[in-house]
Amino acid sequence: MAKVLLEMKSITKTFPGVKALDNVNLQVEEGEIHALVGENGAGKSTLMNVLSGIYPHGTYEGDIVYDGEVCEFHNIKDSEKKGIVIIHQELALIPYMTIGENMFLGNEQGSKWCIDWNKTYAEADKYLAMVGLSDSSKTLIKDIGTGKQQLVEIAKALAKNAKLLILDEPTSSLNETDSRALLDLMKKLQKEEGMTMIIISHKLNEVSYVADKITVVRDGSTIETLDAKTEQISEARIIKGMVGREITDRFPKRHDVKIGETLMEVKNWTVFHPEFAERKVVDDVSINVRSGEVVGIYGLMGAGRTELAMSIFGRSYGIGISGTLKLRGQEVTLKSPKQAIAEGLAYVTEDRKGNGLVLSNSIKTNTTLANLKAISKATFIDKDKEYLVAEEYKQKLRTKTPSVEQLVGNLSGGNQQKVLLAKWMFADPDVLILDEPTRGIDVGAKYEIYCIINDLAKAGKSVVMISSELPEVIGMSDRIYIMNQAKIVGEMPASEATQENIMACIVGVGGESAAADNKGGEA
Amino acid sequence: MNKFSIKDVLKKNVMAIALFVIYVFFTVMTGGNMFTSSNVSSLIDQNAYVFILGVGMLMCMLTGGNIDLSVGSFVCFMGAVAGVFSVIKHVNTPLTLFLVLLVGIIYGAILGFLIAYLRIPPWIATLAGYLAFRGLGTQILITVSETSAISNFPDSFLKIFSGKIFESAYGTVNIPCIVLGILGSAAVLVLNITSRQKKVKKGYQADPMWFVIVKSLLIVAVIMVIFVQLSLDGGLPVVVLWIIAVLVIYGIITEKTTIGRHFMTVGGNAETARLSGINNKLIMFAAYLNMAVLTVLAALIVTARFGSANAFAGQNFELDAISACIVGGVSAYGGSGTVVGMVIGAALIGVINQGMSLMSIDQDWIKIVKGLVLLAAVVFEILSKKGNKRQ
Repeated sequence: MAKVLLEMKSITKTFPGVKALDNVNLQVEEGEIHALVGENGAGKSTLMNVLSGIYPHGTYEGDIVYDGEVCEFHNIKDSEKKGIVIIHQELALIPYMTIGENMFLGNEQGSKWCIDWNKTYAEADKYLAMVGLSDSSKTLIKDIGTGKQQLVEIAKALAKNAKLLILDEPTSSLNETDSRALLDLMKKLQKEEGMTMIIISHKLNEVSYVADKITVVRDGSTIETLDAKTEQISEARIIKGMVGREITDRFPKRHDVKIGETLMEVKNWTVFHPEFAERKVVDDVSINVRSGEVVGIYGLMGAGRTELAMSIFGRSYGIGISGTLKLRGQEVTLKSPKQAIAEGLAYVTEDRKGNGLVLSNSIKTNTTLANLKAISKATFIDKDKEYLVAEEYKQKLRTKTPSVEQLVGNLSGGNQQKVLLAKWMFADPDVLILDEPTRGIDVGAKYEIYCIINDLAKAGKSVVMISSELPEVIGMSDRIYIMNQAKIVGEMPASEATQENIMACIVGVGGESAAADNKGGEA
Repeated sequence: MNKFSIKDVLKKNVMAIALFVIYVFFTVMTGGNMFTSSNVSSLIDQNAYVFILGVGMLMCMLTGGNIDLSVGSFVCFMGAVAGVFSVIKHVNTPLTLFLVLLVGIIYGAILGFLIAYLRIPPWIATLAGYLAFRGLGTQILITVSETSAISNFPDSFLKIFSGKIFESAYGTVNIPCIVLGILGSAAVLVLNITSRQKKVKKGYQADPMWFVIVKSLLIVAVIMVIFVQLSLDGGLPVVVLWIIAVLVIYGIITEKTTIGRHFMTVGGNAETARLSGINNKLIMFAAYLNMAVLTVLAALIVTARFGSANAFAGQNFELDAISACIVGGVSAYGGSGTVVGMVIGAALIGVINQGMSLMSIDQDWIKIVKGLVLLAAVVFEILSKKGNKRQ
């Protein structure tokens, strides 16, 4: 029995209004690859942030026991000193610096006042060899692909004398070959260096390929830990742990909503990444939605859902967009959000603070922003009318605020979401694309948002609801599309949808190749 | 509901109160010299360009704290161009004005294109103009004139941008000026009271009547004091009409139109603006085109005031305009700011300038004080925002 390197005991972490982690326990043995799996928002990243000191000691309850002693990390430096290194999902490399410079950022080689560049590059080359990267350490980061950049991140971690390496979704931006190479490197490091690793991933085929143990996190609690040595772990088994949750009547019912003709139809829609022009973020997607219908698009983060929605909404994302878009049976070309709004489309963003609202402005001005025409004559704004409109939506959506003159930045998440919805409802669209409409808001506010969605459907609007919460998609939709790795991988009426068969669609596409290879190789 | 409170009113108008206090301070320190009609008149005359350029800078800053550094040099260059057309080439005044405006529009369009569509950072694009136009303006003046200055502008030109309306002798009361002052005061009174009445009629919350009257009377008092002083100094300066026109037009644009709302939104959150159907690039383009046009007006006013175009015209004007905005509470990050605020900021700096000069304090010390005032204004803005968040 190997010794336990890390033990996290009864970790509880509370954010204002939300319990992100509830009495979480995690045990990692020396020299193992331990996978953390769970839905978005289950608490995996929060747990790792607690471990690495990003949430310092004192902001959570519970103990971290590492290498036999109780640790109190106050920042990342503290945890790195102990050999705990986290590699974040978004790479933290600086494009216009060399590999060597990046590897020793904040850990510069040489004397206290003077960097020894010869030593820096020699050391860098040594670690690069360890991760199997043959490029010179004097190459600029921008000149190597994302796959190699991920290897540089690992080399950088090794250079910090890492004993416990945490990889947060390391393959999310890699293609199949690069992902495979990375996973093999992990196995090699485990074998040759005895490295202990924690990997967070949504790709279950990868998890079952690489992990010795798998811990399932759900709703801020650890549900179970599966041991690959003692039992054969199928992906279906993991999924069962991830989603095993009751759907209660958290969702208001829609009654007597007539589903009419098709309002929006998207065919063979393909979009490329604006920076990595060869990467398809939306691949040959066809969807349609009818009046009075709520269509759910389920997919994990990074599946291409937001990219799909924004590219439809006046090409506000992506390049090389191809495919046809029909609104009310007519083919249209929308070149800007302005045109999209004029054609009766609305995109309610998932990122209300980043690109949905102007936080420094009042509820009033935010509400009318997408449809200033309706409250102005010859560009002169009728402020009385504006006030009345804002007041009307405040009452309709039950936004809790003393006055519509209140700055949006001072509202709670749920109320901000209502203002965002009000803004797009006032634009009077036929088709609303709601991107994660209930992200980061409390249960009560969620229910109210669901009621608003039902009212919209009742009024004959088409609603496309993008969500990564399975119960929400199943509970609210008439019909569900399942999206994974830029493609639509399944479509089903909500009446036939269960959490298991939706997850099966996702596994079905991403899973077959790597898992099959794995078994073939070992046989 | 937001209740009416004196504290809020004082908080909102802290800069206006500071301006009043500082003015009184300098009036006392100079033994009343500050308050003579000729000094009141010259305060306005000297700072006319700051009000005009400040409005243009305000529009730029609203789009996200963007500034235009080329303003001062462009004033010099446009003065030279106007001189060449009007004095050297003897082009008649209307055509001169048209040509000068055209040059301004061309520059503004190029600058706007570079910033909005090629996405060159504004301070770099305008730094190029800052250097180039100073050089170009000076070269033109050296080439066409031995004294490297162009004077002898025709009367028809000077009269449009300088001098007084219905000029009368110093010390006598100028009736047209007083009449205009009374008309302006009456307009303020009527507008304030009717707008309150309208609010009450529609059932919105309105300030109490006594407050509206007190506020209006204070504004009327300020207007009347200024106009009486001006009338004693020979009459209403022409620039005052230009200033009022520009301030009123842009005040309306920023407060009451969708155009102003678009500027604020782009500065408040550019991505939100774009996804709400606002053409961000067009707004940026418009901001810099507008700045160039207002710079032309400022150049004409400055040239007419001195009666000559010279190589030193417009020095540091860009900094004066930016300071006026910052001191006037225009956000250095974009998204908020008002014409009234900018005017108060400009006046505050102007008063400090004049007051310290009248006290014969050294220019270097005036610079130090102005620098500190600027810094204090920004610190104040940021601290008061933090305070708001905590509530």
